[in-house]
Amino acid sequence: MSATIVSLPDQSTARLPKVNYLNNEHGLLSWLLTGDHKRIAVLYLISTTFFFFVGGAAAALIRMELLTPQSDLMAPDTYNKVFSAHGLVMVFLFLVPVVPAVFGNFLIPIMIGAKDLAFPKINLLSWYLYMIAGTLMLATLIFGGVDTGWTFTTPLSTHYVNTNVVSAGMAVFVAGFSSIFTGLNFIVTIHRMRAPGMTWFRMPLFVWAHYAASIQMVLGTPVVAIAIILVILERTIGIGVFDPTKGGDPLLFQHLFWFYSHPAVYIMILPPMGVISEVMSTFSRKRVFGYTAVAFSSVAIAVFGFFVWAHHMFIMGISSYSALVFSLLTMLVAVPSAIKIFNWSFTMYKGSITFETPLLYAFGFIGLFTVGGLTGVFLGTMGADIHLTETYFIVAHFHFVMVGGGLMGYLAAIHFWWPKMTGRMYPETFSKLAAVTVFIGFNLTFLPQFILGYMGMPRRYAAYPPEFQVLNVLSTAGATVLGLGYLLPMIYLVWSLKYGKIAGNNPWQATGLEWQIQSPPLTENFLVTPIVDHDAYDYEWLAHQTPREVTTVG
Amino acid sequence: MPISPVIWQFWEKWLTNFGLLPKEASTIAPEMDALFWFLILISLFGLVLVIALVTYFSARYQKDLHPVAEDIEGSTVLEVTWTLIPLILFLVCFVWGALLYFRIYTPPVNAMNIYVVGKQWMWKAEHPGGQHEINSLHVPTGVPVQLTLISQDVFHSFSIPAFRIKREAIPGRYSTVWFQATKEGTYDLFCTQYCGTSHSAMIGSVTVMSPEDYKAWAASSTSGSSLAQNGERLFASMQCNACHNGTAEARGPSLAGVYGSKLLLASGSDAFVDEAFLRQAILNPSQHVTAGYAPIMPTYQGQISEDGLIDLVEYIKTLHSNERPQQTLTSTTSTEAAPTAAGMVKP
Repeated sequence: MSATIVSLPDQSTARLPKVNYLNNEHGLLSWLLTGDHKRIAVLYLISTTFFFFVGGAAAALIRMELLTPQSDLMAPDTYNKVFSAHGLVMVFLFLVPVVPAVFGNFLIPIMIGAKDLAFPKINLLSWYLYMIAGTLMLATLIFGGVDTGWTFTTPLSTHYVNTNVVSAGMAVFVAGFSSIFTGLNFIVTIHRMRAPGMTWFRMPLFVWAHYAASIQMVLGTPVVAIAIILVILERTIGIGVFDPTKGGDPLLFQHLFWFYSHPAVYIMILPPMGVISEVMSTFSRKRVFGYTAVAFSSVAIAVFGFFVWAHHMFIMGISSYSALVFSLLTMLVAVPSAIKIFNWSFTMYKGSITFETPLLYAFGFIGLFTVGGLTGVFLGTMGADIHLTETYFIVAHFHFVMVGGGLMGYLAAIHFWWPKMTGRMYPETFSKLAAVTVFIGFNLTFLPQFILGYMGMPRRYAAYPPEFQVLNVLSTAGATVLGLGYLLPMIYLVWSLKYGKIAGNNPWQATGLEWQIQSPPLTENFLVTPIVDHDAYDYEWLAHQTPREVTTVG
Repeated sequence: MPISPVIWQFWEKWLTNFGLLPKEASTIAPEMDALFWFLILISLFGLVLVIALVTYFSARYQKDLHPVAEDIEGSTVLEVTWTLIPLILFLVCFVWGALLYFRIYTPPVNAMNIYVVGKQWMWKAEHPGGQHEINSLHVPTGVPVQLTLISQDVFHSFSIPAFRIKREAIPGRYSTVWFQATKEGTYDLFCTQYCGTSHSAMIGSVTVMSPEDYKAWAASSTSGSSLAQNGERLFASMQCNACHNGTAEARGPSLAGVYGSKLLLASGSDAFVDEAFLRQAILNPSQHVTAGYAPIMPTYQGQISEDGLIDLVEYIKTLHSNERPQQTLTSTTSTEAAPTAAGMVKP
């Protein structure tokens, strides 16, 4: 046992480095043709934020419509298009790419001591594919929308709706390739480009989490691409793979779709879990409790995550015996998440904790993800799933996981690494206010939906029986608070770009390699390739290392 | 139930009146709720534990009180503990949930069968006596009722929250669920699988009546002929008996007693003849040729509605010998034509 005393660096003397990745080249083209993983991360940050607000606007419309039992704000068809837009944009254009493409892109090469990702041009291609997908999706929405829901359930999507299924499907298809390329790039980079001494078990847990998620991206995404192509072919030329009148099987689509879309949940949650590991360790000034268990639990989630898809289909007439197997595996995949939660909690044990904004968001993650995970056990329990599935219970459950977990992790990440990305601090008071607002708003929005679900209110209803109104009004009120909570960071982060305090290299006294270089980093990240001789989260190494002679250029 | 039934009833009533728990109106409902409370309890246990840990550590080890962090790698004992305890609890959920699942989806053999056809955007229930209802369902208390669901177009899902049951209505395939209603009253009936424009209008009500009231209702709302009788009429009008007439020189196999039997197919495999087999054999005959017969039957895909198929299946189920069992065609006074295509209104 050894002890580490934290001494935060004096930020008043910190200066912005004259040369960094943001200013070493100028002009729009230097951004649009860049191969620098950090610049591509910034491109992703801007574009995912844009799509977050597109999806958020749809969410606002949904909650306004549901204030009253009648469908009075919009026609049912419009409502159906709005919730489809919300799901499609938020899942495929925000949650799946956001943490890997912004923070994974920015940080993985630096964390493992590399100059860039293995394939910088493919990385840029990923962003262009993402933008093509985003443009297709926007065009889909502008020219009439699509009303299949984000799940494209056949035969509704193939034979019965008259909306832009083909263009929406193409958008998902293209976004999928963006995701595959990002995952491929991460896998190769993590295997081949680690600095000398950076062994697998010295990597930060953020990298482990991204490695696990990348495997899922590469193996899972092609399957949804195939499923979507089959939907498009069935819709356009009637190949009949999913059409029972031609000998096809309508359930086959759901198998293919969920074979990707359940792992997609882990693609959305594993990278934020990596963020939480970094944040918990940094603000406790202590290594993550049980590093190996947390690392392997990411891998376990990635592996088991592929074998639970049919738990989305318990009531769909799949064989009862396959339902048994999938329910059992679902219970097994819940365990690694529980391990992570307890390991993060115990990371604080005998730490020396300070409560900056990233930690508040991490607390939010732990609390909300625990609820989201445990309600997942409700749904994995076959008998209970019969009553709960397809109701607001499931809506509340996956919002607790993906928004309470995923988005909280994202917000923790953006506050935690903002000083590194921009060289400036965010305003602490406002950001704490925003964190508390988001937490309260979130709970007020989604807790009532658990009760609504148990009462039996089905999801995707434009109109509902009047007895459900009270809880829906509460939920809409919460969504208003939540919306404000999301607008706040948008405003003060932009403000801080010019007026924020200068951050210095390592404002948090964190141990990751990214904190040992200047903020914002150089285009090449490191002046000399680092040689790693210590574990991740080694605060003693940090305390005892001799002050570097040169950490900035210019 | 481990707790006193009086307290249980009080608790259930209180939550129901407060609008926090749907009414418990079937034999399954209290069982589902018991599982639900168990899940809530273990969730609260986990959540309170996590909140307590985070709060206590935050208070105890904040920098002001604990300026020096201690370097701890982990603890195998603790980690094994918090791997095994959740695992055991989750496995209990798995076993309990599996038992309930099999109970809900395994109808008792003596259950009364009601067909439910889902179509955009309504539910059509067909009682064995030929009573039809749209977006409503009348059932008696105290009798197990099996629902055989099928969809005529897209996926729908038949949900009665007060009974805690739900089952997908699948295009082209029968699915079943059962319940036994316990409390008279009117309850919500929802389509819970998104099915297009008027998904949220695909709702109705379930009326639970005493067995006597149900009998009276059934007598007053019958259309005059049972499903099997409708089927017989359809059988004749589709000229099915041109081949399936039970004579020695018939080109099609005899249908008498075929339901419930094991059939040797021309492909060499065995098939158990149930409702699903009969339906498939009408729509897709070339895949279901009985051994010894030529594959000459044309497909009836697109020519018979799901309602018509149900009638035919019910009629074939009544055929026990080659004698016409009930000469209903001559005894009935109805002169209306049998339905021959989807969308036609039946008598």
